[in-house]
Amino acid sequence: MKSSSNLENTKLEVKSLNLYYGDKRALNNVSMTIPERKVTAFIGPSGCGKSTLLRCFNRMNDLVDACRIEGEILLDGDNIYDKKIDVAELRRQIGMVFQKPNPFPKTIYENVAYGLRLQGVKSKRVLDEVVEKSLHGAALWDEVKDRLHDNAFGLSGGQQQRLVIARAIAIEPEVILLDEPASALDPISTLKIEELINELKHQYTIVIVTHNMQQAARVSDYTAFMYMGDLIEHDLTDKLFTNPGKKQTEDYITGRYG
Amino acid sequence: MDITSHTHHISQQYNIELEAIRTHLSEMGGMAQRQVNDAIQALIDGDVERAEHVVRADSNVNSMEMSIDEECIRILARRQPAASDLRLVIAVTKAITDLERVGDEAAKIARLAIVQHGDGLSPRGYIEVRHIGELVSHMLQDALDAFARMDAGLALNVVDTDRTVDLEYSTAMRELMTFMMEDPRSISRVLNIMWCLRALERIGDHSRNLAQYVIYLVNGQDVRHSNLDAIEESLHPRDR
Repeated sequence: MKSSSNLENTKLEVKSLNLYYGDKRALNNVSMTIPERKVTAFIGPSGCGKSTLLRCFNRMNDLVDACRIEGEILLDGDNIYDKKIDVAELRRQIGMVFQKPNPFPKTIYENVAYGLRLQGVKSKRVLDEVVEKSLHGAALWDEVKDRLHDNAFGLSGGQQQRLVIARAIAIEPEVILLDEPASALDPISTLKIEELINELKHQYTIVIVTHNMQQAARVSDYTAFMYMGDLIEHDLTDKLFTNPGKKQTEDYITGRYG
Repeated sequence: MDITSHTHHISQQYNIELEAIRTHLSEMGGMAQRQVNDAIQALIDGDVERAEHVVRADSNVNSMEMSIDEECIRILARRQPAASDLRLVIAVTKAITDLERVGDEAAKIARLAIVQHGDGLSPRGYIEVRHIGELVSHMLQDALDAFARMDAGLALNVVDTDRTVDLEYSTAMRELMTFMMEDPRSISRVLNIMWCLRALERIGDHSRNLAQYVIYLVNGQDVRHSNLDAIEESLHPRDR
């Protein structure tokens, strides 16, 4: 079941989400929709809840003790917090890439093939195909095609981050969550990641958390500004960066003290 | 929008830079307005010396445009301004282009004043020049004030006044046409006056443009090529 607004399908829908770490409320009644095959960026100062919200989308917060969630998140209309949801399957559908590249201590090839092997795929032909396709998808193939069986730690930080993205897309997720994917990278590697995001959005729904506002402005279609656990404003990126509706947003993106 | 909103950045240097382009825009506006008033006065008084001064001083307006432009480019390159800061920088870069043209029109009037003086005084058309000159000088003043105070309401008045100027201009044109028909010997002198009125009418248009940038600056709406009702509609205060 899909609810649609105008031309865009809603991929994820957050409904009255509250999240508590112990007694502390980290998200206050957040409701929003994430459109399919678009890039949605979350911006806001440290501790505003943007990463917390991102982690809710593939239930990473389940791993945090004393974390309690109220409300719903619908993926294609189904509540991902429903008891009958298989979390491992959910995380296959919704992949995640972190701030620091975290390749496994294996070869480049095995890093990308890992998820498929986990799913029991044994055919070398299938694995070869997926590895090549994923590395192409992550714009890394040309740089690593002659050393697929070298250790992944031999790659540069930017290459490692693209390798991790290749690993994420190898299992064909529907949504990719990016938590500060470029903040540990140099400007050129950052641009390559941004270019990649632009490519990936034709096939995947992308949600990105970033501290770099210009990056949000460059790569996203929609931007959500969060502050102290509240979703303050969520609008088209073009609108939000030229004429934001809320003073708090304006103050944040222009670097004013509120 | 708050006039002091550009002074609340975490970066003090950024405050200073944005404040500087606003101040310099005001200065350039004042300079252009003086040029317009002096040119009109020189024409009416047949004051060649004053007219020559206006022609020479046009280069000051031009160099001011270039230096403000450079400041704006520097801010864009170094600060990547967003939201109202971005709109300020963009509005200023557009405004200085119009002010530079205002300067050109003033110089044009001054050159015509010099020619006119050589041709001997013409009693015809000075009332129109004085009248329309006062109107557009006022418009320019108000547009600049609206910029300085970020006053969208005043800007709207300026846009409205431009219609009056256009009307007065076409009336004056018809009147001067009849003078030329009545007295063909006056054609060249009356034609000069017509060029002056044309220049004044253009100054009115530039002032209207300035006022439209103020509306863009204040509420983010691009109101160029919109009719007055649509602009008024867009000025309804939003929830902030």
